[in-house]
Amino acid sequence: MILAAGQTAIEAKGVTKQFGTGQDAVKALDNVSVSIRENEFFTLLGPSGCGKTTLLRLIAGFDFPNEGEILLYGENIAPLPPYKRPVNTVFQSYALFPHMTVAQNIGFGLEMLGKPRAEIDKRVSQMLQLVRMEELANRRTSQISGGQQQRVALARALAPAPKVLLLDEPLSALDYKLRKDMQIELKRLQNETGITFIFVTHDQEEALTMSDRIAVMSRGKILQIGSPRDIYDRPSVRFVANFIGETNFLEGDVLAVEGASATVKLAGGGTIVAGLPEGLKPHGRVTVVVRPEHADLVKPGGEADLWGKLENIVYFGTDTHYYVKLDGGEAFIIRQQNSHGAGSGHAVGNPVGVALEANSAQVVRD
Amino acid sequence: MGVAQQAADRAERDQIRKRWLLSSPALIIIFFAAIGPLAVVVLYSFMVKGDYGDVKYWQFSLDGWFNVVAERDMFDDTLGLAWANISIFWRSLKLSFITTIITLFFGFPTAYFIATRKPDKRDLWLFLITIPFWTNILIRTFAMQEVIRNEGIINSALMGLGLVDQPVQIMFTDWAILFGMVYVYLPLMVLPLYASLEKLDFRLVEAGYDLYANRFQVLWRVIIPLVKPGIVAGCILVFIPSLGAYVIPRVLGGGKNMMLGNLIDLQFGQGRNWPLGSALSITLMIIVTLALLVYVRNTAKGGGNGHV
Repeated sequence: MILAAGQTAIEAKGVTKQFGTGQDAVKALDNVSVSIRENEFFTLLGPSGCGKTTLLRLIAGFDFPNEGEILLYGENIAPLPPYKRPVNTVFQSYALFPHMTVAQNIGFGLEMLGKPRAEIDKRVSQMLQLVRMEELANRRTSQISGGQQQRVALARALAPAPKVLLLDEPLSALDYKLRKDMQIELKRLQNETGITFIFVTHDQEEALTMSDRIAVMSRGKILQIGSPRDIYDRPSVRFVANFIGETNFLEGDVLAVEGASATVKLAGGGTIVAGLPEGLKPHGRVTVVVRPEHADLVKPGGEADLWGKLENIVYFGTDTHYYVKLDGGEAFIIRQQNSHGAGSGHAVGNPVGVALEANSAQVVRD
Repeated sequence: MGVAQQAADRAERDQIRKRWLLSSPALIIIFFAAIGPLAVVVLYSFMVKGDYGDVKYWQFSLDGWFNVVAERDMFDDTLGLAWANISIFWRSLKLSFITTIITLFFGFPTAYFIATRKPDKRDLWLFLITIPFWTNILIRTFAMQEVIRNEGIINSALMGLGLVDQPVQIMFTDWAILFGMVYVYLPLMVLPLYASLEKLDFRLVEAGYDLYANRFQVLWRVIIPLVKPGIVAGCILVFIPSLGAYVIPRVLGGGKNMMLGNLIDLQFGQGRNWPLGSALSITLMIIVTLALLVYVRNTAKGGGNGHV
């Protein structure tokens, strides 16, 4: 789902950040440009070291870019210190002040902004209510659980009503169950406050379930920006397809290109029509990706795009994974939803065909 | 049952005996090195002074304590306050307090600087800070004399630059004592401050900046409350030895600008008034104890680096 294209809240323009100098120099961000809309839940997704946290820290003001601009509603904030930016951060470690109570923590930002006491108190109790922590207002932050600390960190960052909220892997320290709850909670908070969220994570599932849009990053560059469905169904780069979800990679030769799709003759036999990433007009050898759930097993004699031998069947409860070794030698995984009491009728060792769903294949850049 | 009980009792007695035996070295040291001598000093403070030093044993008097703050006029025998002693107490407290403030003022940025270096560079800086400790305090004090005396480095420089016509008299003033004490005791401030700052979670500092606190507010509202134990420890570590300083006021302050340590020394030496010397020592101890109580109360009240 893409929200009605609102105003741009944050825009990075050609941002480069380098750590160290000379031979030890590491480019954490390499000419990155991205624009994030107002009220959007925007996720920076990537493996550790991909530059996602660096980008967040540049927006927060803890680091300054070597090149490029960071625009907040059109105004370049890159040279401003963090305390002059109407942007707040939820830290991975929460970074709650241990010498203050929960309420003092939440009120700290407003106090520093010089708000009158009465207004601070009112806002703090609103925030406590928002994150359902009213009873623990006067506790020390060391006397509350990890999940509660997480809520306090959120309330503290939301209290000054920032234009943009930055979240640096805020759920990574929580256990699975709590993380699920907090994902829903975060989404609720974003809806209720209407604040633009920029969320950093390496967890693809978290990114897919929560985000309006995702930017997948690797080695200091943004590889693809799109809605979770775009990113999952139409990965434009091999890395994105590989990083998010399970994927089958197939080699093939382009026979023809028409608009946004190409006819590809697969190395394994069949000829398919595959979607093309924007701006790519391929010829010759290409890589095509197909998600495991977008293909079906076919018994010999049926109509299929590829043929091979069924090597393994793994039952997962909700679905079953079929591992096929294609005649071309490549591995292909098919995931099928299980229905009650019905077996698949396939057996390991049998020759099988693989039928791809229409429009499910996608050519990726290497 | 009875036998078992006896065996249990015996085992317990053995346990207790073993415990005393194991702690005996510590107990012996505590008695002979701390409690014993202290008891002697307390006892002496309540005895009559001997004519040539020492005390007249088992002749008790409160004169020693009385003389701490009061004295009889030599000629008309009227009572008055011992202004000489009081001014020395005052000078000791004043100079120790100022020394503590100055070392804190310079020590904090120094410790902060070291704590924010890369881990492998910190050791080098700490090493540099502790180098003066390798030298005897007397030598360090004489070195300071070389810096501040009329023909010394500071005055030569000032005169060479034409800033003053004649040397500024620093030696044998309270300033000289201050210079000396700040120099000698600065490491005692830096080390505990460093220990606290090194443990400081700098993400909290970032959180402070993120929540609109400027540099001064972050220092005041985030850093200082978190390193308070280090600040208090440093202040105590500087204040206590400053109060009892002996060598520095002796060498740099001369005979006129005495501090408590010198006054006590005087009573046991030329003054030949051991009871007064003892009473002064105990008084000094009481002041130190009070300072320590402040420390204990401050650190017990939580705060500190209690990160989760």
